[in-house]
Amino acid sequence: MNDKPLVVGDVSLSFGSIVVFQHLSLAIERGEFVAVVGPSGCGKTTLLNLFSQFLAPDAGRVVCSERLRMVYQTDSLFPWQTVSENIALGLRHLREHAERERQLNEMLRLIKLESFANHYPHQLSGGMRQRVELARALIGDSDILLLDEPFSSLDYLTRIRMRNELARMLMQLPRTVVLVTHDIEEAAQLADRIIVLSDRPARICAEFEVDLPRPRELTHPAVVTTVHKILAELGFEHDTRRAMVSPIV
Amino acid sequence: MIVESTKDRILPIIVLLVAVLIWLVISLLKVFPESVFPSPMAVVNGFAEELRSGRMVDDIVASLFRVTTGFGLAVFTGIPVGLWLGNHVRARAAFLPLINFFRSLSPLAWIPFAILWFGIGDLPTVFLIFMASFFPLVLATIAAVANIPSVYFRVARDYGFSNTEMLTSVTLPAIAPQVITALRVTAGLAWLVVVAAEMIAGRAGLGFAIWDARNGLRMDLLVCGMVVIGIIGIVLDRILLQLTKIPSVRWGYER
Repeated sequence: MNDKPLVVGDVSLSFGSIVVFQHLSLAIERGEFVAVVGPSGCGKTTLLNLFSQFLAPDAGRVVCSERLRMVYQTDSLFPWQTVSENIALGLRHLREHAERERQLNEMLRLIKLESFANHYPHQLSGGMRQRVELARALIGDSDILLLDEPFSSLDYLTRIRMRNELARMLMQLPRTVVLVTHDIEEAAQLADRIIVLSDRPARICAEFEVDLPRPRELTHPAVVTTVHKILAELGFEHDTRRAMVSPIV
Repeated sequence: MIVESTKDRILPIIVLLVAVLIWLVISLLKVFPESVFPSPMAVVNGFAEELRSGRMVDDIVASLFRVTTGFGLAVFTGIPVGLWLGNHVRARAAFLPLINFFRSLSPLAWIPFAILWFGIGDLPTVFLIFMASFFPLVLATIAAVANIPSVYFRVARDYGFSNTEMLTSVTLPAIAPQVITALRVTAGLAWLVVVAAEMIAGRAGLGFAIWDARNGLRMDLLVCGMVVIGIIGIVLDRILLQLTKIPSVRWGYER
């Protein structure tokens, strides 16, 4: 068994004249929750596409040694299928009907949508749909979960609720997670390690670790401090602000 | 809510009754001579006469047979062609002007050729109905395929769909709502065309019946034909409307 199931080593990638990555290296540990933040258009989603082998790098190596699922930025539930049918996509490899039913019902219970099993996505709220997206990606045996700004279309309060929901689901179904987000709070509240990417060509300009069990309070001092650090790194806050906050910590 | 739905059901009937009443009043006041403005009673009598002689049923059967054949052929060829063109960008670019050309061409312009090639009877009418429905169906299918969000195919790939499943379990359900709408529109078009085509290239059918009534100066039978054509048109659309009630296509109409 490999301890680093996801690796990009010395990767370079360009789209025409746009250089996205130049000699980028990053390894994700098994069971780790990594968040990737950075300015928009810096290549965060492209990084996920490299991990999922949807894109191949121009140079360098990409290793993905385990089974992987991805949750996309846009609504990707099949609108012609019910909640159950959508989630059951993640169980296609299972031949046995009874076992499929069992896992499906368990998942519906976990996301608290048992009474919506036969509803169609357009009949659900945004938050419910996102829970179904997560359920589809988490059901069955996969090891890695790639999340591409999964909560970006939700309102602020629903987003906070979904973070707790995700943390709760991951306690039951542990995965190695890479979360791409522009929401710095989200990164600080969820991730073990936060990687800050620079503008294109993207390089890792900072890494922060948050050593705190999930689910975390949004206003927990360690989360707040991390938010400040990330904002300072991205040039939105001065270090003096961080100094002002630190006595509380 | 219940009160509203009863009202919704009664209102159209009232409007219809008022329309017939206006018709009756105009004919009773003899604004126009009876020979060019038949009364509702004359039309009802004409209808009974047509039913007794069995001509009406024969005409309805003839017209419906032609529409179902021509429209059916257009559906079974037009949708696959649209699927293929929707998936092949270059072929689409190559064929689109030609398809648009034929779509803009009134199918009635083909009547002389239809008669020259197929004579008089079922065949020329079926051909004209096909020409009327094939091109709009191809265009609608192309548009529907081109509009499928690419993320659906990514998800399908992630979950190990085969190429056949991509077609049967992603493309077809994704285009279903738009294609059903196109079916309703083109079926209406086909029903318009059959009447016109039968007037010139038919020896039976509702269109022919109208033309025959005009030649015999039987305006009561002419109106009778018009009423039947209108009612069947509504019924055809109602039948196709049922397709939009299938649960797995509701999403296309509700958001």
